Amino acid sequence: MPLMLGVDFGAYWATTLLKVVVVLGLIPAGAIILGYVFLLKMMSHMQSRLGPMEAGPHGSLQLVADGLKFIQKEDIFPERSDRFVFAAAPIVVLMSTFLLYIVIPAGPRLIIEDLDTGIFFALAVSSLSVLGILMAGWASANKYSLIGALRAAGQLIAYELPLVLAVVGVVIQAGTMSLQGIVMAQADGEIFGVGLIGNPFIFTQFIGFALFLIAAQAELTQAPFDMPVAESELVAGYMTEYTGFRFLFFFMGEFGTAFAFSAIGATLFLGGWYVPGVEGTLADVLGPLVLGAKIMLVAFFIFWFRFSYPRLREDQLQAFAWKLLIPLSLLNIAATGVLKVVF
Amino acid sequence: MAVTTDWQKSAYIAGQAADARVNVELETEGMTLNLGPQHPATHGTLRIVVRLDGEQVVWAEPICGYMHRGYEKLCEVRTYPQVTTLINRIDWLGHFANEVPFILAAEQLMGIEAPPRAQWIRTIFFEMARIANVSLFLGDMGIQLGAITPVFYAFRDREYVLNLMEAATGGRFHPNFDRLGGLKEDLPRGWVDECHGVMARVISFCQEMEDLLMGNEIFQTRTRGIGVIPAAVGLEYGLSGANIRASGVDWDLRRDEDSPLAWKHCDWKVWTHPDGDSYARYWVRLQETREAAKIITQLLDGLPSGSIQAKVPRIIKVPAGEAWCHTENPLGEMGYYVVSKGGRGPFRVKIRSASFNNISIVPWLLRGVYVPDVITILASLYFILGDIDR
Repeated sequence: MPLMLGVDFGAYWATTLLKVVVVLGLIPAGAIILGYVFLLKMMSHMQSRLGPMEAGPHGSLQLVADGLKFIQKEDIFPERSDRFVFAAAPIVVLMSTFLLYIVIPAGPRLIIEDLDTGIFFALAVSSLSVLGILMAGWASANKYSLIGALRAAGQLIAYELPLVLAVVGVVIQAGTMSLQGIVMAQADGEIFGVGLIGNPFIFTQFIGFALFLIAAQAELTQAPFDMPVAESELVAGYMTEYTGFRFLFFFMGEFGTAFAFSAIGATLFLGGWYVPGVEGTLADVLGPLVLGAKIMLVAFFIFWFRFSYPRLREDQLQAFAWKLLIPLSLLNIAATGVLKVVF
Repeated sequence: MAVTTDWQKSAYIAGQAADARVNVELETEGMTLNLGPQHPATHGTLRIVVRLDGEQVVWAEPICGYMHRGYEKLCEVRTYPQVTTLINRIDWLGHFANEVPFILAAEQLMGIEAPPRAQWIRTIFFEMARIANVSLFLGDMGIQLGAITPVFYAFRDREYVLNLMEAATGGRFHPNFDRLGGLKEDLPRGWVDECHGVMARVISFCQEMEDLLMGNEIFQTRTRGIGVIPAAVGLEYGLSGANIRASGVDWDLRRDEDSPLAWKHCDWKVWTHPDGDSYARYWVRLQETREAAKIITQLLDGLPSGSIQAKVPRIIKVPAGEAWCHTENPLGEMGYYVVSKGGRGPFRVKIRSASFNNISIVPWLLRGVYVPDVITILASLYFILGDIDR
């Protein structure tokens, strides 16, 4: 291995490459798991039908087949589109998803990069997707796309605020912004002096959890906040002109982000990967499984709302964010701050 | 823009006016958006040109005729029994209900009347067509507002009604069961018992829709106060059916018109709602579906025995004359004005279909609303494209 300035660059690049490959594998895996379990199966069973049954056992390979089909499709550019921006937009959206995965811990050592500002970083990069959506809407040269993109921009900016403010309560209580630190703070916590299962923040931050779920729903542009892609109004919103693998990127971005947000929710409020009484290597093995189960629980709520509710109107959505969610989250922060000082 | 027709001209002027009233300081300009002919919200090929200022509609204009099939002309080159096949397809969800007014008009010209059993079975099928039609609306309203699940419940329970139709008539979508002076066949054995079960299911479906969709807060904020039609305006535009009853006009041809069909033997209620908004239209239709199920249950219990066919000649020739017959179809008032010159087919048929008049209010109703409300209003007005374009 070549040593330069005392740093082993070969090992550095090898680890970096490994991390990139892991995340690049995680995004489609997460998207497929959520897509299959919730979009295809849970929705179907809610609607008294079976959903896909042919591809693989119980239709489990349907999304893989769909993905392969999308890759084979022609890559169509609308005639009057801005070709470069049109092509770049799905990648920008996927990039924001990619960056989200970096800070999520799945075990004591299973974390890509334990940033001190972990949750701050995650929320910051999650709003990068707005840029991609705006690019897509503008470059498509389609009126529906443009309306969809502008709706998405307005919505994502409005709901960024309650999302951040909902998380502030947790940060105050944990005293750190590192996601690994937040998991440890929950693991070390005690419920009325009993430290058996730690103290998952959902017990103290239940308002924060509810706000987080609602705001995450809006960030993911899922019903009841799916105006940017409202299919009965805007055909498919900013995705209208996309076909083939570029559409696949948007799909993966949507469900990959849903997976990441569920993971963040599970980490912040449900105790993350922590298993009581398990440490060391065993925790690294059990951690991802526990986190996975919690992710599915959070995702279940997100998709349950998605399949049950009609969508709000744009102005009602803004009123809901500014008049209800933000005051409520500020109250939550104030209450958390006071209680933190008192106890 | 090549200005060729009157509406294009007025649209162009309104567009210019829209641009003039948007913010001069920010140099914004209006945008013309074509909703349709291919658009998910128009269930068919209705085109609505809307001029937008941001998300607000400045003016809107429905353009129909993309699915015009020339039924009135086609009726003239067919014999009376052949016409029923054709007019089944006008309102394709309320299939059987299309046949009835035409047959009644022809029977009126011939001076015959179907025996009581045939009239009762006609009424049963008429109301079943109403359930098949309106139950789909009850679910579809949800999907237009973004709730995906209700429409699947609607399809699920509608299936039972269609199965019954198929068992009796052989056709799920186009029964073509009505004959001059009676019906094609009698009901199959066991049909009545099964129908009782299905009607109980329809009533529970209505309850489910009330719980799942109508009680939903978001549904209420999206529909209450949206697309309000005052009774006077609605009457001016010739609205009929649930659309006008939701504006508080107590008018139902089933009760108000003297018809040979069997509604007068049943105990049922015409529902009205004072609000006239999208919510009221949904509410009235939901109650009507319930009433239809109740009517069918009562008719099944008191079904008279006897023949199902009056005596008619093998080759039907209708005496010269003119007749007008209209009924309260699932979408509203539907009528046929039949002119006969004594031949085997009608000389002229004028079809009055409900949806054509119901969407005439769209330009008045859409002015100044937001784009999502355009969808709510169109969905709540509830039209079938075949019923608009014929």
